[in-house]
Amino acid sequence: MELLAYILVDGLIYGAWLFIVSLGLTLVFGILNILNMAHGSLYAIGAYAAASAVGAYFALGGEAFPFGSYAAMVIGAIFVALILGPLLEYGLLRHFYGRDHVILVLVTYGVFLILEDAMKLIWGVTPLFVSEPYSLLGNVEFGPLYYVTYDFLVIAVAILVGLGVWFVLNRTKRGKVVLAVIHDREMSKTMGVNVDRVFLISFTLGVFLAALGGALTAPMISVSPSIGVNVIILAFAVVIIGGLGSIEGAAIGALFVGIARAASVHLLPEAELFVIYLVMAIVLVFRPEGLFQKTQARKI
Amino acid sequence: MSSENWKNTVKKTATKFAAAVAITGAIGVGAAAAQETFKVGIVTFLSGGAAESFGIPAWNGGELLINLLNQGGVLPPPYDQPGFGGMMIEAIPVDESGGATKQVQEFRNLVQRENVDAVLGYVSSGDCLAIPPVADELKAFTILYDCGTPRVFEEGSYEYVFRTAAHAAMDNISLARYMESRGIEANTIAGINQDYAWGQDSWADFVASMSVLVPDAEVETALFPKIFAGQYGTEISALIRVNADVVHSSLWGGDLQAFVLQAGPRGLFERSQVALAAGDHVMPQLGNKMPDGVIIGARGMNGLAARANASPLTNLLWEAYEEEYGVFPVQAPFRMWQGILGLKVAVETAMAANGGNKPTAEELAAAMTGQEWEAPSGLIQMVLGNGHQAIQPNAIGTTKWDDATGQMTLVDIEYYSATCVNPPAGVKAIDWIHDGFPGAVCD
Amino acid sequence: MTEFIFPRSIPLACALALAVLVVVGLILPDWAMFLATMAFSKGMVALGVVCLMRSGLVSFGQGLYYCIGAYASGLMATWIGISDIFLMSLLGIIASGIVAVIFGPLLATYRGIFFAMLTLSLSMILYGTLSKMSVLGGTDGLNVSAPTFLGYHPEGRALGLSLYMFTCAVIVVYGGLVRTLFDSERGLISLAIRDNELRVEYLGTSVRTEIAVTYIVAAIAGGIGGVISGAAIGHVDPEYAYWTTSGEFVFVAILSGYFSIPAVFLGSVVLEIVRSFSNLYFPNTWQMSLGIFLLIVILLFPKGLGSLLSRSKKPEKKQ
Repeated sequence: MELLAYILVDGLIYGAWLFIVSLGLTLVFGILNILNMAHGSLYAIGAYAAASAVGAYFALGGEAFPFGSYAAMVIGAIFVALILGPLLEYGLLRHFYGRDHVILVLVTYGVFLILEDAMKLIWGVTPLFVSEPYSLLGNVEFGPLYYVTYDFLVIAVAILVGLGVWFVLNRTKRGKVVLAVIHDREMSKTMGVNVDRVFLISFTLGVFLAALGGALTAPMISVSPSIGVNVIILAFAVVIIGGLGSIEGAAIGALFVGIARAASVHLLPEAELFVIYLVMAIVLVFRPEGLFQKTQARKI
Repeated sequence: MSSENWKNTVKKTATKFAAAVAITGAIGVGAAAAQETFKVGIVTFLSGGAAESFGIPAWNGGELLINLLNQGGVLPPPYDQPGFGGMMIEAIPVDESGGATKQVQEFRNLVQRENVDAVLGYVSSGDCLAIPPVADELKAFTILYDCGTPRVFEEGSYEYVFRTAAHAAMDNISLARYMESRGIEANTIAGINQDYAWGQDSWADFVASMSVLVPDAEVETALFPKIFAGQYGTEISALIRVNADVVHSSLWGGDLQAFVLQAGPRGLFERSQVALAAGDHVMPQLGNKMPDGVIIGARGMNGLAARANASPLTNLLWEAYEEEYGVFPVQAPFRMWQGILGLKVAVETAMAANGGNKPTAEELAAAMTGQEWEAPSGLIQMVLGNGHQAIQPNAIGTTKWDDATGQMTLVDIEYYSATCVNPPAGVKAIDWIHDGFPGAVCD
Repeated sequence: MTEFIFPRSIPLACALALAVLVVVGLILPDWAMFLATMAFSKGMVALGVVCLMRSGLVSFGQGLYYCIGAYASGLMATWIGISDIFLMSLLGIIASGIVAVIFGPLLATYRGIFFAMLTLSLSMILYGTLSKMSVLGGTDGLNVSAPTFLGYHPEGRALGLSLYMFTCAVIVVYGGLVRTLFDSERGLISLAIRDNELRVEYLGTSVRTEIAVTYIVAAIAGGIGGVISGAAIGHVDPEYAYWTTSGEFVFVAILSGYFSIPAVFLGSVVLEIVRSFSNLYFPNTWQMSLGIFLLIVILLFPKGLGSLLSRSKKPEKKQ
């Protein structure tokens, strides 16, 4: 029973984190049709920006109100999104629309290579720490279970962000416009939708979500240049399991992977490395397009 | 100008000239050699996950030492001759990231295109296994300065390849000895190690050593998270759940930092005695985030343990490093230093034998075989692998934060002589452990 | 003009290419010869990616076969002591062929990003398995002894030169075979699948079979590439199957396009040269230089370098 509780809570925490880092990826794919390989780097840059922002906040006398550091983290992520979102979408990706899918993947791979070194040039290779926000909220104890409250903050943010994006897309007029663009780019254009702007904003939102994921993780880890490499593969797996472009899919996929991984670590540590691929393979065998992808009609 | 003054001026000039001639004459051989340079390719991680904890500090330390050596006369004897035997040292740094395949290509480029006189490098065990056959094929004098896998000279034998650092078995044997000699309760043990050869070998060595030294110890769980995973929430839950007396880990770099940051608030360090086989290198960055009472090794008598042992050579390099980079040197620069000093000794021994010429790879290899020299990390002796593999003393300590200086310190340091924690010549490390360390000589 | 540079007769073109490569090899310095050997062996794997690309499929897991070939020959060298490069290549072909025959038909039902991700996860599973198996050296891998050539045991420069010659012969022969395949009915059907696979099905051809066959051809190329790389480097490790390795092959395939086979090997050589020099002269920013190079190529050569070399600039319209 205790073991089950551990597995559920651990799985939920990890799944929530996975959801935040994969949401931006699936969103960008759903709207712009780009599988962004630089997503992991954007995550890493978000972590760096948040670490710098929190560092600056405490340096400027934030000790008086340490909870302000959470705002500093979010501001750091917004900053990254506002700079890199337009720069990448407007300055680079836009010139490749209409080219092959894989070309766009390779363009983002190029961006990934460039950003990896850019991080080193900006922040150096010495890692940054801002663990204050991690321990600020204290601990939670349920019987034998002992967790850091911050972990549950991550779950809360995941739910909030997921519901927020879902609500905007499905329940607001702007969201409907985006859905129209997804459905048929050209038709939307003829109907007077500013597709370019929709792309710009959506991509920037995707960057923000990646950066937010990094910002939330920053207090738990030492922020160093290589943290993005792993995240790409994880996020890819989650998004593929859930169905490319599906928010619900990313949520369920993240939860699946989170719980499967937790169960493996507690019960069969040797298998941890394979769990993600195993879940992915099983899902793809039964649902080749992922859990939540509608099968698309093949055009003749 | 009076005639007296004029005479004086002439005299002075003459004396100066004479002195200059005398000096030139005295270092005649040296001056000829001084026009030559000794090119060393230095291969270490300048990017990627191992850069900030190993590659960059090592290269920083290396650059610093090379500059000091090139100035000449800064280091105490026998290292006071400028450069290598009067030849200026020219270092060519190369990034080690990219895997063994790429490194073999880079190695060939260094030797065949850049015509280096020696290559000193390699942190990754995979690279250390891939390079030696190529080094022998190209007859290129090569020093492996950092990597840990015992396989290099236990499974192969090479003519032009040397490793100036002890292999990794020493780290975990010492850790087990520390548990035993300090009477640390270890009825149950658990491990969290990265899922690759380094982590797997470290855990295997530790468990084997414990089963000899602390036979009652029982393994509760062995976790192997992926390298560079960064998130250890689930693993920490599993470690808390099994509640073992001792938690062993050979994590390093960002992974170790993240683990400490995440395990600290969840009370793992209060519930279990945590032992970090190679953990010293995260101390400067973590500061007081590293809890007190953690058992820490540094893969040799490196870092704080070497500082506590204060030899003039250690103090000089320690202070120069601290002044230059604003942080104290951890294990990586120490291993780089012992490699470079070993190379210096080999070059100068070879030059003494060949009449002061720049030594060939064969002469260097002959001079290096079975060599021994004093490094900031103690006496390095090339005794294993037919004189190609070093052994060195080790030290294990326990962390204690010093509020007064605002620095982490090591207390309860135990020093182990090289022969106490390294197998004798011709014996494989893991066999030696399983047989109960026959022939170990401990002080 | 193009007729002159690229003779229509495939055997003639192959003979010419081989002659040029051999002559070039004789004057290359050691390091460049090694670089060329590596570039060509990796080019073999990229050639496999190109084969699949003609049908509109991108394999992000061709490292799987690169790795299988390398390990098959490496293990045989260690266990049985086979060091003959011809035997090792044969082993590599058999090993990668068997695996491809198993997975080919399964994978042939997937398209687009799913094909890419499935191939990627297959190779990552191999990576994970090899990393776990300490018998095979775990993540550190194992060493492969220097290859021999039908009883000839060269050393020093002769060894490098022999391996270079062998590699040239292999790429020329396999390149010729693949060219023949491309120009055959089957090869043209591959192109048709890329355009519209439903129509191909309506015409009575099994798209699945076509893709499975192409997949096997690609896998064998990958296996041979792995054997040669392993022998040249003298070391194999699970990194051969890592996704970034596979990414490189896709990069070369994109760089060279799917029109010209020599372009694939040329693209591979260009990548090796850029990587080799940028790593030495800008060690802290070599990834960045690679990334910028990649973007420039994609921007300036939309159809890959192959579009410059291809025999007919415009695909001929069938009447």
